[in-house]
Amino acid sequence: MSEPVVETRELVVQFGGVLAVDHVSFTLRERELRCLIGPNGAGKSTFFKSITGQIRGANASGRVLIRGQDVTGWSTHRIVRLGIGIKTQVPSVMNGLTVVENLWLSARRTAGHDGADAAVEEVVAELELGAIARRLVGELAHGQRQLVEIGTVLANKPWLVLLDEPAAGLTNVETERLVAIIKRINQTATLIVVDHDMHFVRTLDSLITVFHQGAILVEGRAEKVLTDPSVREVYLGHRA
Amino acid sequence: MTGSGFGIGRIRWNWFAALAVLLAALPLVSETNTPTLLAIWALFALSLALMWGYAGILSFGHAAYFGLGAYTYAIASFNIGESTVPFVLALIVPAIVAAIIGAMMFYGRISDVYLGVMTLVVTLILNRFMNATAGDAYRIGNARLGGFNGIPAFPTLNVPGEPSMEVYGTFYYYVVIVCLIAAYLIARWILASAFGRTLIGIRENELRMELLGYNVPAYKTAIFAVSGAMAGLGCLFANWAEIVTPSVFSLGQTAEVLIWVIVGGLGTLIGPMIAAVALGSLKLELGHQTTVDNSLILGAILILVVLLIPRGFAPTFVAWRRRFAQSQVHRRQARGTRRRHVALQEAKQ
Repeated sequence: MSEPVVETRELVVQFGGVLAVDHVSFTLRERELRCLIGPNGAGKSTFFKSITGQIRGANASGRVLIRGQDVTGWSTHRIVRLGIGIKTQVPSVMNGLTVVENLWLSARRTAGHDGADAAVEEVVAELELGAIARRLVGELAHGQRQLVEIGTVLANKPWLVLLDEPAAGLTNVETERLVAIIKRINQTATLIVVDHDMHFVRTLDSLITVFHQGAILVEGRAEKVLTDPSVREVYLGHRA
Repeated sequence: MTGSGFGIGRIRWNWFAALAVLLAALPLVSETNTPTLLAIWALFALSLALMWGYAGILSFGHAAYFGLGAYTYAIASFNIGESTVPFVLALIVPAIVAAIIGAMMFYGRISDVYLGVMTLVVTLILNRFMNATAGDAYRIGNARLGGFNGIPAFPTLNVPGEPSMEVYGTFYYYVVIVCLIAAYLIARWILASAFGRTLIGIRENELRMELLGYNVPAYKTAIFAVSGAMAGLGCLFANWAEIVTPSVFSLGQTAEVLIWVIVGGLGTLIGPMIAAVALGSLKLELGHQTTVDNSLILGAILILVVLLIPRGFAPTFVAWRRRFAQSQVHRRQARGTRRRHVALQEAKQ
């Protein structure tokens, strides 16, 4: 079994009296594709944000380790510099810049001023963004903006990719394309995908971690998890 | 494919050279006192336009650095005599103060509204403090701060290394113009660099830039300090007026530079500089009469611009010119199509 690349130990995130993440101990191994699912308010995105340093300090306790290094309390940019690419729940792109400019800013940090152009070209080709490369991101459709954000993540050449609800608002065709892209990324990188779309998660054919009320409810392959009575109760609100 | 662009146009060197020649020839046809003051105001506008327009940092207290530059120069020149070191200090001190205040604000992650309030408060504190320094106890070396009356009669700019060769009149005008051109070119160079593009990315989406691994507070602190140093060229104002008083930290000074940038257009350098010259000239003209208050006119202009051309003059002009060029292209294409159609018809006959 490969080495763990992401570990959380007794991670707790609390907002006032609400326990958003409840003593979560989680392990992700090299080149794994893991889906985090759960109904709205289950704590998936909060857990995601606490791994990436977007939530830290007084609200959080427990430990976060990335490739064995304790990154608890680190700022987001420091964690990202370990080689992590993050796509947020709501598309976070630079609307006033073109697609190429968005990708260039991402590539420049890792590839440098000279190597950035080549890295941008690579991502444009890989995600088939050529037709919209010179357009302002703010003028694009939602699905295209989602794709541009994934492009900015990839242009950084990360070894660990964290995607929060990448399929939200996509058409069926776009979702199919996204599944292919995620599988392609997984050939070279480790991935965590947060989503609540069961169909999308099933097509990724990965190990699944189900969140409920801030804690891990079940972990396993899709066929086991999706037929688990406790999962069905969480999603459907009654015992199947 | 290239990462160039980012909304920064190329310098049109022919226009730039024409403008430089015009500015160089101005003393042949006009007095230089007023143009010198207008150029200093343009410099001040440039310093805020760089930070606000390209890094998205709105400072309500930019006059603090303008005033610090002026006071630093006056105090240092009283103590040193020769003007070269005081001039350099007038850039360094505001830059250091801006870096300290900026680091506190940006690493403290305070919101934009509080940032605006903090910068304003710093200016007001400096204004109040300087007004309260009338006593003999308030002196730094040979320089008395002078309270409300400020510091008069300090040694003004001289040729570096030659304290007896004072720079004034037309010569001083050329020094200010050289500073203005140099500051503009430095600002352009910053924007064209990877640092500048990163600032534009931060202006567009701070969170995304952080998620790409950029140390956003460090970048913002850096541009805050650079802008502070540029505003420190307020020492040129002190040299022009030959006195520096607490009014350099006034609310009016702070409001004026904001108006210049808004009217000239955020996201451009040249727009705020032109607005500073135009509105500055208007202010000086209005100063000759007492019927209408200056600030009333400036306020009315600001409201009209915000309502009618919210992007400011320069971006609106550029957009208008682009639309005009596109319409010309379409007209030419339509004319060409018509000609080909007529030729085809004639050939058939």
